[in-house]
Amino acid sequence: MANEPLVVIDNLHKSFGHVEVIKGVSLAVSKGEVACIIGPSGSGKSTLIRCVNALVPFERGSIKVLGIEVNDPKLDKLKLRKHVGMVFQQYNLFPHRTALQNVMMAPIQVLKRPKQAVEAEAYALLRKVRLEGKEHAYPGELSGGQQQRVAIARSLAMKPDLMLFDEVTAALDPETVGEVLLTIRQLAEEGMTCILVTHEMGFAREVANEIYFTDQGVIVEHGPPAQFFSAPRDPRTQAFLSQIL
Amino acid sequence: MTLGHAISAWFSHLNNTTGVNFTIFYDPYDRHRFLNGLWVTLTLSGVTIVGSVLVGIVGAWGQLSRLGWIRGIVAAYVELFRNTPPLVQMYFFYFGLSALLPEIRNSIGLERPLINGFTWACLSLICFAGSFNVEIFRSGIEAIPTATTEAAESLGFTRLQTYIHVVLPLALRICLPALTNNLVNLVKTTTLAYAIAVPELLYVSNQIWSDNDNVPEMMFVLFVIYIALVGILVFIMHTWERALRRPGLGT
Amino acid sequence: MSAKFPVILPLNATLRRPPGGLPTLRLAPWHGLILAAIILFSAAAAEAATGAATRASVLVVLARWSPLLWRGFGLNILISFLSMAIGTVLGAFLGLGLIAVTAPVRSVSWAITQFFRNAPWLVLLFFMIFLLPFHMHVGGLSISLPGWLKAVVGLALPVMANVAEIVRGGVRSIHPGQWEAAESLGFTRRQQLWLIILPQSVKRMLPPWMNLYAILTTSTTLASIVGVDEVVTLAGQVLAAEGSRPGLLAPIYAYVLLMFFAYTYPIAWATQRLERRYQVRI
Repeated sequence: MANEPLVVIDNLHKSFGHVEVIKGVSLAVSKGEVACIIGPSGSGKSTLIRCVNALVPFERGSIKVLGIEVNDPKLDKLKLRKHVGMVFQQYNLFPHRTALQNVMMAPIQVLKRPKQAVEAEAYALLRKVRLEGKEHAYPGELSGGQQQRVAIARSLAMKPDLMLFDEVTAALDPETVGEVLLTIRQLAEEGMTCILVTHEMGFAREVANEIYFTDQGVIVEHGPPAQFFSAPRDPRTQAFLSQIL
Repeated sequence: MTLGHAISAWFSHLNNTTGVNFTIFYDPYDRHRFLNGLWVTLTLSGVTIVGSVLVGIVGAWGQLSRLGWIRGIVAAYVELFRNTPPLVQMYFFYFGLSALLPEIRNSIGLERPLINGFTWACLSLICFAGSFNVEIFRSGIEAIPTATTEAAESLGFTRLQTYIHVVLPLALRICLPALTNNLVNLVKTTTLAYAIAVPELLYVSNQIWSDNDNVPEMMFVLFVIYIALVGILVFIMHTWERALRRPGLGT
Repeated sequence: MSAKFPVILPLNATLRRPPGGLPTLRLAPWHGLILAAIILFSAAAAEAATGAATRASVLVVLARWSPLLWRGFGLNILISFLSMAIGTVLGAFLGLGLIAVTAPVRSVSWAITQFFRNAPWLVLLFFMIFLLPFHMHVGGLSISLPGWLKAVVGLALPVMANVAEIVRGGVRSIHPGQWEAAESLGFTRRQQLWLIILPQSVKRMLPPWMNLYAILTTSTTLASIVGVDEVVTLAGQVLAAEGSRPGLLAPIYAYVLLMFFAYTYPIAWATQRLERRYQVRI
């Protein structure tokens, strides 16, 4: 595994009004690594990964993705977002377009690539997330798990170097969680760099290279899953894990 | 020199030098007419707002009635008044209904109608806005879970007590935004009283600009006043909305 | 742990309220039947009271003046069409201004919208009737502006403000996640709006827009107050020409209402159908 850091977050601070939700977070994710962020709700996890692809502006600190400084006022957001894909808790598929069109839209409109090539790739991507035959279904006709897999394919169509997953299984029915996690695991095994915010501890333990536990806007503890789950050092981590596991 | 004198002197000067003619600020006769018109518009708005809200409360209560004929009457009233142009309603009241009423003689023996234009305007506007208020309150009531009213009744409240102490306060909070909308609409609709010669703001303004040929100036004043009236109403309603807000209820 | 308490649900009432803040017109076929019944009933009553021999019966009067009244109604429709067209085009731009990224554009659009939404329609009508010139000189061309054309402009202004509100409401009704998803895929703001948000919101804007048109159509009667020869004005003249017989008042106005009903009922019906359909789909 190559070890050059793909994402470097340094002393990140973020406030909404007077409420500081992220109070100095630093972490680095290497190429091909899978980082899982866990923690109680309201601890700033979702905000943290939204900062990485500049959906949310932040006041202090620095985030570098492939050497691009996100906190640069002159940031070329398009350039950043070509490298960073994101999947949301609520899927956020475009309901007026079919699954295939959802996947094809951004490469055609944003990257200005020719339609035929994009279409072939889109079919391949939907096959990869095991949605063969659902290409022409509208999001409303798909189950939550299927929609979420379309959303993953849609992000992959931009050929990103980094994928962000924001609690992507939290809104799913329990029986469809597995198929989405399978897809993510497949990606991880192919060497995609991923940052996941998740509540699926078992899954985090299996796929993650590094676990970060956040609480009240700071990283309390981090380490490889084996160490993190079996021998947590911080009392807050211990309390959290004893509640969850 | 008092402030009043200073203002009238300034507007008189403005007219002499620029031709911008705000007669209502320096001509006592026009000012008097105008203030009267403003007063009529204010009372018309006030009376119809209170009246239409009462109609809405009573009508929504009627729609909950166990008696079919009461529900039928309320439904027919709502359908009739919310689906016809308010102008035609006003003509109907003023020309149609008033023709059916007897005339009375005043102190010097002149015949005059039993009900004057102002009252007809009030009645017709109350009926118009009231029909919407019935609907608004009803949809507020429908949003209240039956479990809540059942709880009240199982505590020994009568139906009327439940309505007054539980249903209405909850429904009011839910439907305040829609109510605000409708009352704003009502204030704007008071201008229709012009059509039956009630001397409200638009009517007296028309008289003033006919006498002085100062349409743009009076139009300006009219816009400012109506926007201000609506602004004040919205402000009051929003303040009320905030004061009534309870955690977990509504938004 | 939270128990299953009965909860006051997200408000149906506020959700069903059209974004323009205008009431929804809701018509049923029996409204038309009632109007027809009023005409027939008062015709019968008038004949019983006066004897058909001396005066023309109500139905004969209605038939005699029908061509005139329908021509007047045609003017109402023409006014409503033109006001709606002008108001929609202007309102669409104004509505886009309301959701613009640049703050000054937003506040100016907001001020314009609030002004024309909150000014009484009748005052706006008067404003245009008195302040637009009778003749306009464009280049060397002299265009005369009859009253009804000024009324078109006067009514187009509140329509514009209401359309702007409808556009804004439609755009805001789309889940913010749609903007986020589009943004994270690299779409520009313009692409997000035109490719993702507007295609979804247009069908939500359609019902309130149609409702606005139905209300505008009934509001064209306001033009009678400022002296346009539309159907209510003509109805008054017909009454005068027939010697102001009290028995004619109800049937003639019922007849006028019937015209409006015949025209707006299909619109109101379609509006409700669309509303219900989109409520289920989304």
